Amino acid sequence: MRRVVRSVGAHPVLSFFAFFAVFPFLLPHRSLATQVLIFGLFALGFNLLYGYTGLLSFGHAAYYGLGAYGTGIALAKLQVGSLWLGLAAGLVLAGLGGAAIGFFCLRRRGIYFAMLTLAFAQLLYFIAFHLAEVTGGDDGLRGIPQLKLGLPGFAVSLDSSLAFYYFCYALVGLAVAGLKCILDSPFGAVLQAIRENSDRAVACGYDINRVKLLSFVFSALFAGLAGSLDALRLSVVPIESLYWTTSGQVVMMTLLGGAGTFFGPFVGAATFLVLEERLSLVTESWPLVIGAIFSAFVLFLPRGIWGTLIGRLGRVSPTPGP
Amino acid sequence: MFEIPLSALAAQVFTGLVLGMIFVLLAIGLSLIFGLMTVVNFAHGSLYMLGAYFGFFLLGLTKNFWLSLVVAPLMVGTLGLLIERFLIRRLYGRSPDDPLLLTFGLSLIMVETARLIWGKIGLTLDPPRALGGAVNLGFMTFPTYRFFVIAVTGVVLIALWLFLERTNIGLIIRAGSRDPLMVRALGVDLSRIWFLVFGIGTALAGLAGILAGPMRGVYAEMGVTMVIESFVVVVVGGMGSLVGAVVAGVLMGQVVGLTTFFAPKAAEIMVFVVMAVVLLVRPSGLFGERGLME
Repeated sequence: MRRVVRSVGAHPVLSFFAFFAVFPFLLPHRSLATQVLIFGLFALGFNLLYGYTGLLSFGHAAYYGLGAYGTGIALAKLQVGSLWLGLAAGLVLAGLGGAAIGFFCLRRRGIYFAMLTLAFAQLLYFIAFHLAEVTGGDDGLRGIPQLKLGLPGFAVSLDSSLAFYYFCYALVGLAVAGLKCILDSPFGAVLQAIRENSDRAVACGYDINRVKLLSFVFSALFAGLAGSLDALRLSVVPIESLYWTTSGQVVMMTLLGGAGTFFGPFVGAATFLVLEERLSLVTESWPLVIGAIFSAFVLFLPRGIWGTLIGRLGRVSPTPGP
Repeated sequence: MFEIPLSALAAQVFTGLVLGMIFVLLAIGLSLIFGLMTVVNFAHGSLYMLGAYFGFFLLGLTKNFWLSLVVAPLMVGTLGLLIERFLIRRLYGRSPDDPLLLTFGLSLIMVETARLIWGKIGLTLDPPRALGGAVNLGFMTFPTYRFFVIAVTGVVLIALWLFLERTNIGLIIRAGSRDPLMVRALGVDLSRIWFLVFGIGTALAGLAGILAGPMRGVYAEMGVTMVIESFVVVVVGGMGSLVGAVVAGVLMGQVVGLTTFFAPKAAEIMVFVVMAVVLLVRPSGLFGERGLME
């Protein structure tokens, strides 16, 4: 066990590709595996901002929803006819939204920041709610066509759930590799310096506002890609994707798994989704149970499942490892 | 130009004022708790919701609205005391994000519990007969109950102001929110003050809930949008500033009320637009001190 945890820590990207290659065969059904990938990616983006930069956003539904609506509107309303263009539209919208909202929210620090991100996400929710001609309003955006994936020379159908899983697997894997690059770069080091002590980071001569905004935009892009993929998975964008409950979900997933750890988001997303699925079979009040588990984690296990595992089995270090 | 019916506009201003009172009660509690403890109580909206449900429960039990109006906030305040004593107190000294996360989890628990006990369908809370009917002001008529809400809020605000300005505990609360380290150095046990303030703040949320019940209906999700809008009120007013909470609460009530009148669809959006403008012009809020409590 100790060796497994350590080698996962040493080669996170390889471990991701190895584990998620066989993941759908470990679960009772494939759609759950795809959901874990997508929400894991969403939580990964959130974790970049919260776990690594120390900024608690309570409004990440905004970028997830912008990604979903960007892709959905491009494919269903504008009929762009290409999956890649659809994904690009989602990413651009999420990135722009992240830059604009980040600009406002980063004017304040700490708890203020959390409340501002929440407020702006609600603003987007209400806008989407009332702009029914573009977004479908309360009914959600319907009629996203299931297109073939155009690759140089040929096209792949994503109709089977396994094909769609591996499509997500490839894109999420790229995102994981991208995140690893970001964290290993000097920029990633500055992020963690800001988390540990932002005054000291300023004193070292870093323009921390620019660094934070960049981290915010990267985080929004990850969340946006997750939203785009989910829009393709469901071929509909429910209005709830912009609602604050979505923001709450990603916060819970990340903390359950372990904020500030590389794989925590995936562990948390898997835990949350499996719990949700099992509990909803037993009781309608499953949010009660999840809320209680989450509260217990905040109180007694703040490093989350993966963070605690690393702490116990991995290297002995005061800060959570990779 | 189109003709604006003046009496309808006046009624809308009044409706906005009543909504503003609910905002003020919620925002003052949030701001008081935040100013002293740097705790953002995400469960504030759920406690507001519980205030309304407790009121419904007590009204069914005692048939006495006045008694319910007093006891329901006390019940919510007691719940708040328990939450502070047994849960939030464990988090002092950790990141200020942790109480926010914990109270978020608690609010999920409360909303689901309310659904389990009282069902998913909204309930109505009837005001007493003495407060039924409407008052004719000459240029418009307005429900008596809404005047009552304004009056109760006014009385509570004056009482709170007297408590903070004229009593020794009030003095410690004000000093504690300005410089907790110094107050501790003077030998004051601040943890007891925090306990008390959390109880007062949550009781105010409960009061807002039972007051809002007859106007807005009682349902498990009633606190969710309310708490977010109250956060906005606190941000606009300036975090930790009670005057700011009152002014911004009344202002936001008017923003919602008037936008509902002129452009109903934009009402929910305008609240956030005003917030964005205030943040651009005065990042610390209308009455906030820059850099305090961040």
